[in-house]
Amino acid sequence: MKKINIRNMQVNQEGTIASIKIGGELGRRIRDMGLVTGTEIKIQGRAPLYDPVALRVKGFTLTLRNNEADHIEVEVNG
Amino acid sequence: MNFCVALGGNPNAGKTTLFNALTGSRQHVGNYPGVTVDRKEGRYVQNGHDMHIVDLPGTYSLTAYSVEEVVARDFLVNERPRVTINIVDASNLERNLYLTIQFLELGIPTCVALNMIDVARSRGIEINDKKLSRLLGVPVVPIMARSGFGKKALMDAVETVAKAPLPQPLRVSYGRDLETAIQEMEKNIAGKNFLTDLYPSRWIAIKYLENDEQILKKGRETDPQIADQLEAVTRKVGAHIEETLETYPEAIIADHRYGFISSMLKQRVVKERHDKHRLFLSDRIDKVLVNRFAGPIIMLLVLMGLYQFVFTYSVVPAAWCEGVFEWLSDVVSTALPDGLLKSLIVSGVIDGVGGVLGFVPLILFMFFGIAMLEDSGYLARVAFMLDRVFQVFGLHGSSVMAYIVSGGIAGGCAVPGVMATRTLRSPKERIATLLTVPFMNCGAKLPVFALLIAAFFPHSRARMMFILTLISWGGALLAAKFLRMTVVKGASTPFVMELPPYRLPTFRGLMIHTWERTWQYVKKAGTVILGISVLLWAAMTFPRLPDSQIEYYDTQRGGIVSTAAPQVVKELETSTGEQPLSDSAAELKADLLAVEARQAGAALRYSLAGRIGTGIGSVSRWAGFDWRTNIALLGGFAAKEVIVSTLGTAYSLGEVDAEAADSLAGRLAAEPGWRPLTAWSVMIFIMFYAPCFVTVICIARESSWKWGVFSMVFNTSLAFFLAVIIYQAGVALGY
Repeated sequence: MKKINIRNMQVNQEGTIASIKIGGELGRRIRDMGLVTGTEIKIQGRAPLYDPVALRVKGFTLTLRNNEADHIEVEVNG
Repeated sequence: MNFCVALGGNPNAGKTTLFNALTGSRQHVGNYPGVTVDRKEGRYVQNGHDMHIVDLPGTYSLTAYSVEEVVARDFLVNERPRVTINIVDASNLERNLYLTIQFLELGIPTCVALNMIDVARSRGIEINDKKLSRLLGVPVVPIMARSGFGKKALMDAVETVAKAPLPQPLRVSYGRDLETAIQEMEKNIAGKNFLTDLYPSRWIAIKYLENDEQILKKGRETDPQIADQLEAVTRKVGAHIEETLETYPEAIIADHRYGFISSMLKQRVVKERHDKHRLFLSDRIDKVLVNRFAGPIIMLLVLMGLYQFVFTYSVVPAAWCEGVFEWLSDVVSTALPDGLLKSLIVSGVIDGVGGVLGFVPLILFMFFGIAMLEDSGYLARVAFMLDRVFQVFGLHGSSVMAYIVSGGIAGGCAVPGVMATRTLRSPKERIATLLTVPFMNCGAKLPVFALLIAAFFPHSRARMMFILTLISWGGALLAAKFLRMTVVKGASTPFVMELPPYRLPTFRGLMIHTWERTWQYVKKAGTVILGISVLLWAAMTFPRLPDSQIEYYDTQRGGIVSTAAPQVVKELETSTGEQPLSDSAAELKADLLAVEARQAGAALRYSLAGRIGTGIGSVSRWAGFDWRTNIALLGGFAAKEVIVSTLGTAYSLGEVDAEAADSLAGRLAAEPGWRPLTAWSVMIFIMFYAPCFVTVICIARESSWKWGVFSMVFNTSLAFFLAVIIYQAGVALGY
């Protein structure tokens, strides 16, 4: 198990959110959409220019920009 | 019993569909005071109960960050609807319940509508609604808003809730650290009745911990002393949590809310038969539609298709519209004697009303097209794919729609373009988009460009149009960047966005959506447009030429007629236009028309607009514009294509048709004041200067009058600045 940033995850890679180190509006929006510690996510895909990223979380698809995803640390296998 | 029922829920949960199913065509769209968030209201009658239904904006939460959230929360608190229907997407239950929990914490009478149970079932999700209802303590009614299934049962449940006493607010436990603080604050709040007339005391304590700006401000205004105490507790627990757990109170609150939901769902509320990572139809479609290579190509085709649809097919009804108004003009022209009244009715009123209604087919088609893309879920994909590009300029991926419709593909229109910014939910990005879409080359600027290109660059028409399109895109995006760094600066709104599953839009939903928007345009913009159209007519008509001047032209005409042979005069007078005139009669007619045109030119110069145009000549000379160009550009405020006809009048060429301005092109090419450099300067000015007033009114309606005025001042300054640079640099380089 190791912790990496969403930016460094591969498409279709899965993981569990370890921490979200951001408060304020961005933090609130991220959490409102169900990205909280312990949530399982999967990288669904990336936009043609690699940014934003689409995540699968709690059965729906969520997009966020790479610089927004940088605040989220994910625990992955391997 | 008459009572108010609010309809709340996440975006894409089917709120609008349910609202339409309940209220049918008996709905009314307005705005919440002070903000451009739609407020839809309607009626539903059942068992003698007359229910007033209000559609709240779709939100994921009830924080105070977005306008939608503040509006929804204030409505629930201030207007206290007797029942709130919380529509929940059954196929996406966990996240949807996050809002439900917040409704219940607020202690408002709630009834949950479990929507899209069919979609959930097809995904292998079975929900035990009775169990969920018991756990939440409120009725949970399975429905399918699209087909209307469950509507009756839902409204029966609403009736039951309306008759029941007000519920106690839900208490979610937020863990040892926070609970101590919450309970301490709760005691203080309840003891002093601090804001408790509006909110439950525990809810206020939680909002303090969440650093909710609206509540903090209200608290400070109500009782600064208690506010100080509460803020002190908040700071203490916040510091403690950051030190020991390296997180924030608001994060712990969100964690516990989701924890509460998942522990509830684990009590056999949800049964999932399939693997949760199974690819649904929507995901399979996305494999193609947002594919790295195929995605952009398909997007380009879809956007071009939308553009074709809007601007090609709206031509037919637009032509009918135009035909009706032309016929009306003709009727009035023949019925009324020449004079001011006729001029006012034909040029002021009929052209004004025609101007308002002329946009209707376009707006109708544009909203239909965009509603289709939006309701199907494709628009979110467009934003997703293009966001990286627009992000650089401080905009949002969704901005692209507004640019394209406004003339990103040459020939659009900024009026529907400005209205298309409604799909943008980020306030700053929206204002920047709103203000820069008029830079695009709309269909009305094209005849002006065509005229100047024909006069000065006759051998490179296509290349020139292409260059102008590139300049407008570059200019608009750079201007947006400039605005985002100055007047609408600040961090970008988080992009965090849902990619909703693809859905087939319902025809009824599309129709209601399209009709609503179009009617709003006619009602709100229409009256102002008519008024300004009359004002512009007056500015180009008054003051009229003094009698001595009119006499002078009359004498000239008299002179021409008296030198002509009497039978020629007679032929012209009796001519009905059916038979070709003899050569001498045609010559006489041309001579008379020339005098007429000279008189019109003189009258225009004498009018208020003409005086302004002449007055600013000493300034506009910097950009190479003479007084005639100035008047024409003033006229362009009415509509950009008016520049061509006004130039024609100013150059005493009589009536010039914007679509066939060969005579004017020849005249300009031969005019000593004009050369290719002047043409460049004028074209750049026209591209960037104040939008036509219809667009300005739409900008004002979509934001505020402040931005409407700003767009005129800023755009004109920018345009003039660019035109002067081009002209002066050109002159310095010897062009």
